[in-house]
Amino acid sequence: MTYTKKDLVGMKNLTKDEILFILDQAEKFKEINKREVKKVPTLKGKTIVNLFFEPSTRTRTSFEIAGKRLSADTINFSSSSSSTTKGETLIDTVKNIESMSSDIFVVRHAYSGSVKFIAENTKAGVINAGDGTNEHPTQALLDLLTIKEHKKKLEGLNVAIIGDITHSRVARSNIWAMNKLGINVKLFGPKTMLPKETTPFGCYIASNMDEAVEDCDVIMMLRIQKERMSTVLLPSDREYAKFFGLNKAKLKKAKNDCIIMHPGPINRGVELSTELADCKQSVILDQVENGVAVRMAALYIVANNI
Amino acid sequence: MSILIKGLKIINHNSTEEGNLLIEKDTIKAITKETPQAKEIIDLSGLVAVPGLIDMHVHFRDPGLEYKEDIISGSQAAVAGGVTTCLPMANTKPVNDNSTITKYMIEKAKQCGLIDLYPIGAITKGMKGEELTEMGDMLEAGAVAFSDDGLPVMNSEVMRRALEYIKTFGSFIISHSEDKNLAGKGVIHDGKVATITGLKGIPAEAEEIMIIRDILLAKATKSRIHIAHVSTKGSLKLIKWAKEEGIDVTCEAAPHHFSFDENCLLDYDTNYKMNPPLREKEDLEAIIDGLKSGIIDAIATDHAPHHRDEKFVEFDNAAFGITGLQTLIPLTLKLIKDNKLTWQDFVRLTSYNPAKILKFSDKGELKAGKKADITIIDPDFTYLFDNKINKSKSTNSPLFGKELTGIAKLTIKDGKIVHKL
Repeated sequence: MTYTKKDLVGMKNLTKDEILFILDQAEKFKEINKREVKKVPTLKGKTIVNLFFEPSTRTRTSFEIAGKRLSADTINFSSSSSSTTKGETLIDTVKNIESMSSDIFVVRHAYSGSVKFIAENTKAGVINAGDGTNEHPTQALLDLLTIKEHKKKLEGLNVAIIGDITHSRVARSNIWAMNKLGINVKLFGPKTMLPKETTPFGCYIASNMDEAVEDCDVIMMLRIQKERMSTVLLPSDREYAKFFGLNKAKLKKAKNDCIIMHPGPINRGVELSTELADCKQSVILDQVENGVAVRMAALYIVANNI
Repeated sequence: MSILIKGLKIINHNSTEEGNLLIEKDTIKAITKETPQAKEIIDLSGLVAVPGLIDMHVHFRDPGLEYKEDIISGSQAAVAGGVTTCLPMANTKPVNDNSTITKYMIEKAKQCGLIDLYPIGAITKGMKGEELTEMGDMLEAGAVAFSDDGLPVMNSEVMRRALEYIKTFGSFIISHSEDKNLAGKGVIHDGKVATITGLKGIPAEAEEIMIIRDILLAKATKSRIHIAHVSTKGSLKLIKWAKEEGIDVTCEAAPHHFSFDENCLLDYDTNYKMNPPLREKEDLEAIIDGLKSGIIDAIATDHAPHHRDEKFVEFDNAAFGITGLQTLIPLTLKLIKDNKLTWQDFVRLTSYNPAKILKFSDKGELKAGKKADITIIDPDFTYLFDNKINKSKSTNSPLFGKELTGIAKLTIKDGKIVHKL
């Protein structure tokens, strides 16, 4: 096995081989999801706890389905971002649930670095389901799987990631992974939504929407993270849609077979016009579908390493 | 009672000489090459004697948060770090915003008897940034300056009036320079590492904007301001300009800001979480240049003890701050070893200038007739900074468990040995 870590915390610290290995595994798991009986005994007897300290519907459901399809016992734990609402520390919460012989924690948390912190302090395997504005590795993996399926390759593709880069863990995970895989990444968004220092990304920063979209194989629109941003980042949704949203006219600059992606949930008419969200080039529902396979792969790999 | 300490390299801000130190009662009786008679003779050949270090900026958490540090443990950490005079900030619980608390702090330190403790009073009641405290009354009780350190005085009118009011009493204001709105929920410097880690950044300008505001208010009021824990290159440019303009401004830098940069935060280690945050390499270099050139007047530790439970949490939830009293010497000596500072610079920054800023005429120099506050340093002593060495109640330092070089071998306050390694 190429992947030997007990955790999947982020794309930043993975090698190209590790990323490709997970994608290969995910491709194999896709087949299970197409069967009439969508269940295999691979993780029978394993206990997976979805530790969600931040609200989530699709990611949690996706992980839950993934776990169940592998025959694991999946338990959902939801709490506010502060585990200290009853005075308990985050690690005490984790240790308590670990004591119930949990094998894997799937963790979402509002603070960057918190999943790494948990991973370092538990014997259980840990999968990051999104930590603050840091990383969301399974989202990046499902994005890559979707791109690979549609484009039949990864290396050399032109990808634009557009929107709220600063507050996007999806963008970060994708950027780290895509750089390693030889994908050309362009970034664009309002300056209020780009980090002060963009050099660590090693990506081209486009200066307008036309330039961002031009010659792209893939356009990844990001959700405006209204819950994470201060109130002064944008004057209005209307203005955002006009200058930073994607519509049919702007899409013409991209390659004819360019695919449109979005991690969801979409703010329709803001990041994406409805006609594009639902058009043939949109692969948004493919992303959701691939999410289950990627998470099955992640759970399987981590379970084998604990 | 007399003590003779032999074989020292005796360093002042403007001189270096080999000799022996004769102490009688609480005073330096003589610096001599002779060997006069004394009740106690200590041979410390080859070690370095400097004036007792004066730390203008510590947090002793007493009253109210004694589980992190109290005046006794803080004093013990101070003398073990060679510091004989400490100025604890006002963010105790309750806040040191009245003479009763000021007197309590001084009295407790006196009972402990290890250091001279001069409280910094709060500028505003409860450090809420709204109403001025009874500064005159607190000065009478033994406070020496005023700061809402930990919290900026966001209201410029309040800061203006504080600067005006304090002039009456000949004291000064210490500015915690931070625009809270611009800093927002930031937890580290707004730079490359914030981009990489996804941790929210505090821009350098959050500090610089408040520094220029406070400098301009000091100019307008012809009052005296001291800028605490300067951390950016831009801040130093502003302070340099102010000094050239003749504005009565001084400033300090903390050892962590000239020893570490933002790259230390790549692993989310909460022991490196501090406010102001660790900045970029060029800021670190600017601070070292500022120490050398004199733009920075003093080194102050911003000793900020926190319990392990307050650091062993998610990065965003972790408390800001690092203990510093016992790492002041090794971190500053590193600059000497790297030929960036001299021993005379060390003395200027750690005792001579602080004494001048604080108008302590009997401190800051090793000279016959001055108070016998003396720190004797072994610059080559290498040791593990562990529980045996650490005297603070807290261990929130990235240096804890690491090997350090340079230590206070002997600390003397008022002619009495208060620490011996």
